[in-house]
Amino acid sequence: MIGLPQVYLVAGVTFAAFALLSARDASNPKRWVNALFWGLLALSLLAGDRLSDFGNGVLVMALVAIAGFGGLGRGVVLDRAEERRIGAERHGNRLFLLALVIPATALAGTLAFKQLPSLVDPKQVTLVSLTLGVILALIAGMVWLRPKVLVPLEEGRRLMDAVGWAAILPQMLASLGAVFALAGVGDAVGDLMSGVIPDGSRFGAVLAYALGMALFTMVMGNAFAAFPVMTAAIGLPLLIRQYGGDPAIVCAIGMLAGFCGTLMTPMAANFNIVPAALLELKDRNAVVKAQIPTALPLLAVNIALIYFLAFR
Amino acid sequence: MNYWPLLGILVIVAGFMLRLNALLVVVASALVTGLAAGLDLSAIVAALGKAFNDTRYVSVVWIVLPVIGLLERNGLQERARAMIAAMRGATPGRLLTGYLLLRQATAALGLTSIAGHAQTVRPLVAPMTEAAASEISALDEGEREQIKALAAATDNVGLFFGEDIFIAIGSILLMVGFLEQQGIVLSPFELSVWAIPTAVAAFAIHGVRLWRLDRRLAARMVQP
Repeated sequence: MIGLPQVYLVAGVTFAAFALLSARDASNPKRWVNALFWGLLALSLLAGDRLSDFGNGVLVMALVAIAGFGGLGRGVVLDRAEERRIGAERHGNRLFLLALVIPATALAGTLAFKQLPSLVDPKQVTLVSLTLGVILALIAGMVWLRPKVLVPLEEGRRLMDAVGWAAILPQMLASLGAVFALAGVGDAVGDLMSGVIPDGSRFGAVLAYALGMALFTMVMGNAFAAFPVMTAAIGLPLLIRQYGGDPAIVCAIGMLAGFCGTLMTPMAANFNIVPAALLELKDRNAVVKAQIPTALPLLAVNIALIYFLAFR
Repeated sequence: MNYWPLLGILVIVAGFMLRLNALLVVVASALVTGLAAGLDLSAIVAALGKAFNDTRYVSVVWIVLPVIGLLERNGLQERARAMIAAMRGATPGRLLTGYLLLRQATAALGLTSIAGHAQTVRPLVAPMTEAAASEISALDEGEREQIKALAAATDNVGLFFGEDIFIAIGSILLMVGFLEQQGIVLSPFELSVWAIPTAVAAFAIHGVRLWRLDRRLAARMVQP
């Protein structure tokens, strides 16, 4: 059955290639540092399940030490504007067709593989389809555009270097969440929050629940971590049990109040920091700043929706 | 109740405010939190390692970069810009509103991975929006950055406030499981239907912002 192991194999080989290509890039003064960083990530993807938890932990510490003290370097990026202009003229809209191979395969695969549970792990259809889409797009690109063999990996590495250490921030924040859970941070926050709600005010309780969801999501970078804490502390005992709120409405819209928090925090790195790096923006918080004017009014709407819909 | 682990949250907030390297801040916070809770060092390192290993799927998306890089070297972004430049009536606001609708609709059907920052925003949506904006009015470097950031923001808004309408998405299943443990039995559909009002509000609020962006750019064009 095709599932995560095969996906991780493809990803691991890709990162191993990034590491090797980094090592040969003489224009990068820190080429060995880059090679080590992407190499360790390749090791994690290829052999993470064979390492102990502590072994993986040491790998994580090494990645952080490389990125945190000194950091990654970047090689000289050649100006290829002329080459790109010629390419755009020569290949025309065929380029869009190639770009759409990945989403189209992801779409078709997600729908089709669900019917083939013996072939593809039903829980991983999306990642398997994405990986398949990448492989198909690469094959089509090699046939149609006829680049030199190493061009896709070289260009991929160039983009990867632009993202830099931010590439592992989402995984690191998820790991921090695990330590928070182990240390009982959620329970302590819930305990504190349930102490600050004004007594007997239904609106106060709604406000505390929705704002608590948004704020704790901002701290954790993830509404999934905030939901059980806030709902156990405020949502269930007050909104649902004491004031008789509809649990479906309280929870569903409470979760979305948390999503408003996700829009406003650098802790949600894969949504907010990684795109800033990927678009090569100078301000790493530019995406968060672009989202706050949508997130705040939407949070207010969510508070109003819970208040007016849940207690009919 | 032991409140000392909350120190870890302070470390995070302070670290981000002081703009220290985020990876170092995360590890410092994990150490402070764990030690305050009475965990020993090796247990904290092992917990970090286990969670890192369990969440490797997050990093799989980077495998699209060789394809995107190959297409970009062959002029994908230039082609995207040329197409927008040739289109009459393409404005950044209209483009992003269309993308927002598409992203919300596909996410609501559970198709969250067909688009994204690496798959669609960097190669297509951001350069198209930038091109549409510069057709209307010359942009300085800061404005270019803002337009690109807004393209990424639009992807996030569409994803977040579309996906919860789908019944088999993680957050809906989390809610069903959590409520069941508390003795409240709900079907995923009963929860997901209540994501619709917020989805409509998200489209309206973000849509108005995009419309105002167009108005701002158009107003500038008229003035010298």
